[in-house]
Amino acid sequence: MVMLSPFEVSVNSSELAVREALQDFLQALDPLKLDIEESGTVELVLAEVLNNIVEHAYPSPAPSGSIGIRCVHHNDGLHLTITDHGQAMPDGTAPLGRQAALNVDLMDLPEGGFGWFLIQDLARDVTYTRVGEENQLTMRLAVAMHA
Amino acid sequence: MQLSTKTEEQLRIVSVQESRIDAAVAIEFKDAMRAETDGASDTVVLDLSEVQFIDSSGLGAIVAAMKHLGAERRMALAGLTPTVERVFKLTRMDTVFSVFSTVDGALSALRN
Repeated sequence: MVMLSPFEVSVNSSELAVREALQDFLQALDPLKLDIEESGTVELVLAEVLNNIVEHAYPSPAPSGSIGIRCVHHNDGLHLTITDHGQAMPDGTAPLGRQAALNVDLMDLPEGGFGWFLIQDLARDVTYTRVGEENQLTMRLAVAMHA
Repeated sequence: MQLSTKTEEQLRIVSVQESRIDAAVAIEFKDAMRAETDGASDTVVLDLSEVQFIDSSGLGAIVAAMKHLGAERRMALAGLTPTVERVFKLTRMDTVFSVFSTVDGALSALRN
């Protein structure tokens, strides 16, 4: 069974940097040989987290800032800590991410608000902490688990 | 955002020629879809077989493109790859669209 050494990916926030960070992060997971469902989980959760940071923690026209993704592999999966130095989460806590109501008229169908739902649905133990000027989001992804 | 379009027997088929519909291209995708579907037939089949990944912004952009068609016209999805299909299932958006595994399957079902 492969256990990854802890690693970190850092990028400067922008929408295209999110793609780069996802690519680098998934590449670092290569030795785990994740199946398509597992790698899909990792990519989706991270994409939503990073997009939220780009959009809300470092909203334009504010200057972009650094984003760090640290990954530690344990027997119960990948433990991620994502940090940035942008604006704090408005309520001081990670959104619950409720499923959007779809029994509505066509024109009222939601075009957003899926991000936190996907994060909360796919990740475990999601916690948000503001430490000084830093946002810290921690979570566990139940992939590459060893019994 | 590369889209390719053809019209077959009243059905407009729009094929996305990109591997990702994500936050970086969501607005571009919405605009391109508008251009490809304005004045089009009643039914649009969105061929996603080249798309390996969508995030919530991409999902929102597809929903917006469907809404842009208006209540009189409809959008079907075809060729969803595993991760794309998963995003639709998790958000239950697969219940809002007609989803077909292949473009050919969509065409034969929708012609009748």
